[in-house]
Amino acid sequence: MNTSIHETKTDKMFKVFVYIFLTGALVIVLYPLIYIISASISNPSAVNSGKMWLYPIDITFDGYKLIFENGAIWRGYLNTIFYTALGTFINLAVTIPAAYALSRKDFAGRNLLMGMFVLTMFFSGGLIPTYLVVKNLGLIDTIWAMVLPNAAAVWNIVIARVFFQTAIPKELEEAAIIDGASNFKMFIKIILPLSAPIIAVMALFYGVGHWNGYFNALIYLSDKEMFPLQLVLREILVLQEMSAQNTNLTGSMAEAIHSKQQLAAIIKYGVMIVSTLPIIIVYPFLQRYFVKGVMIGSLKG
Amino acid sequence: MSSSTATSPLQKEEDINRGSTYHKLKQEKPRKLKKRRKILQNWQLYIFVLPAFLYFFIFHYIPMYGVQIAFKNFNPTLGIWGSEWVGFDHFTRFFQSYYFWDLLKNTLGISVYELIVGFPLPIILALALNEVKDSFFKRTVQTVTYAPHFISVVVMSGMIIAFLSPATGILNHGIQFLGFEPIAFLSDPDWFKTVYVLSGVWQSTGWGTIIYLAALSGVDPQHHEAAIVDGATRFQRIWHINIPAIVPAMIILLILNVGSIMALSFEKILLLQNPLNLESSNVIATFVYKAGLLDAQYSFASAVGLFNAVINAILLIVVNKIAKKTSETSLW
Repeated sequence: MNTSIHETKTDKMFKVFVYIFLTGALVIVLYPLIYIISASISNPSAVNSGKMWLYPIDITFDGYKLIFENGAIWRGYLNTIFYTALGTFINLAVTIPAAYALSRKDFAGRNLLMGMFVLTMFFSGGLIPTYLVVKNLGLIDTIWAMVLPNAAAVWNIVIARVFFQTAIPKELEEAAIIDGASNFKMFIKIILPLSAPIIAVMALFYGVGHWNGYFNALIYLSDKEMFPLQLVLREILVLQEMSAQNTNLTGSMAEAIHSKQQLAAIIKYGVMIVSTLPIIIVYPFLQRYFVKGVMIGSLKG
Repeated sequence: MSSSTATSPLQKEEDINRGSTYHKLKQEKPRKLKKRRKILQNWQLYIFVLPAFLYFFIFHYIPMYGVQIAFKNFNPTLGIWGSEWVGFDHFTRFFQSYYFWDLLKNTLGISVYELIVGFPLPIILALALNEVKDSFFKRTVQTVTYAPHFISVVVMSGMIIAFLSPATGILNHGIQFLGFEPIAFLSDPDWFKTVYVLSGVWQSTGWGTIIYLAALSGVDPQHHEAAIVDGATRFQRIWHINIPAIVPAMIILLILNVGSIMALSFEKILLLQNPLNLESSNVIATFVYKAGLLDAQYSFASAVGLFNAVINAILLIVVNKIAKKTSETSLW
């Protein structure tokens, strides 16, 4: 496309316009992210007065120190890691075998089952009836409330099914059947080793969902000991209920912090980073897997 | 040419279709006996689907059965089935309530606003990205604009609250720097919808380009070469070659967006809501949450939720039908 054919003046101007537009988009998205990083290590009064707007000013790590000394944040972090690991494991155990079976052309009833699953994307009982089911099963205030009501997502089953339909050579399955392998054996010995890419994509999609989710915890958990990180963050960032008693302040620092608000001001940018850290770390390496997942999905869409 | 290395999604789709017609031909022959043998032979596959089946049955189909409490006075001791029928009482109460029109107006207002602003932007960004051949710059823009997609809704709301604070927020410092009065974005009902929509645009525009970029990578470079020979400008080539290539993706996303107009993601609204902006932030979904789970009016809240879901389903079916009539593309 970009051959050396002479470009006209309008084309050049158009190109300049495209670059300006994209640079604008880049700056708009990037600026708030840089601001958060700078604000998390700047003196809070410089942040609040607006003196700090790009580079950190009066660099201090007090905010991070307070975060690391905060029991609620630690507990939330550990809870979230646990919910994410268990939840993602259940998601994969439900999604991958189901998607594989539904991809098999010789599986009688697959269209009926798929239709039954897809229908739930458009029709649902709604918040209250779902809540009542979870309550009647006795899941309220248990870890199961965090992992069972979202044990599978239709869209992810659709994506995984497309993967099995397109990426696994049918000859392999046929050969295995002729050799007398059972479906279990074939799935474990042949299909799973070939499924690493889709397992990675699914683990990422589900994992990020568990890590970032707060609503299930909000409605199904009341025990603060069980709160995931996002609910702890909600108290700090949204309700600004960060009370000084939650933190083990040492004498001189306690004097410096007059009010809850000031405490929230010191730690709020830091907790945004700390809570998103695992995703920030894996994102650059795994971006292409995420993109791949969306693209497989768009084939079917 | 960097984009053309990815396999064309259109081509793959063709493969799938061909596979299924081939399969249909093969399936025509077997008789009932053979089908029964097939089920017996593949009994293990039913075990593969069993966990998913149980999940959807318990957490999606039982609630659909439970939605009948919208027509009953739910009494936990009598259970869903035993509670007494009251017909459309809860619905009439909702329609006649003073907040009914406010809720409807806010729900539709926020969704339509989001659709009008949020729908075209990923398309424009994708078309612009597709024009860039400098792969480092392109990759940088993509990596950065995709990133906000992974920020949790709680952190996003925290960012909004922090940046828009009238006293300490950076945006208001900027506004004051330019010589204007600070704006109390989150306590002014007039600003709520704009804050909601624009923060959503910031968070999801980049991620929304992926589907369009996939469609654009399937455009045959020969079309462009031929157009260049014919003297078409860059803009003309985008208009006549690239845009038609992404129309199917546009229509599908439009159907899905319109179909979920009433089901807007209320998690962010719930976090940003406060008594001062309630006038424009009170939507049906947050109302259901508050009436149902905080005030325990299970039946009434279920009725409101059901009303919402029915409108939603009707919208989806109508839009899909229109799309089917006016273009070749539709969901089913």
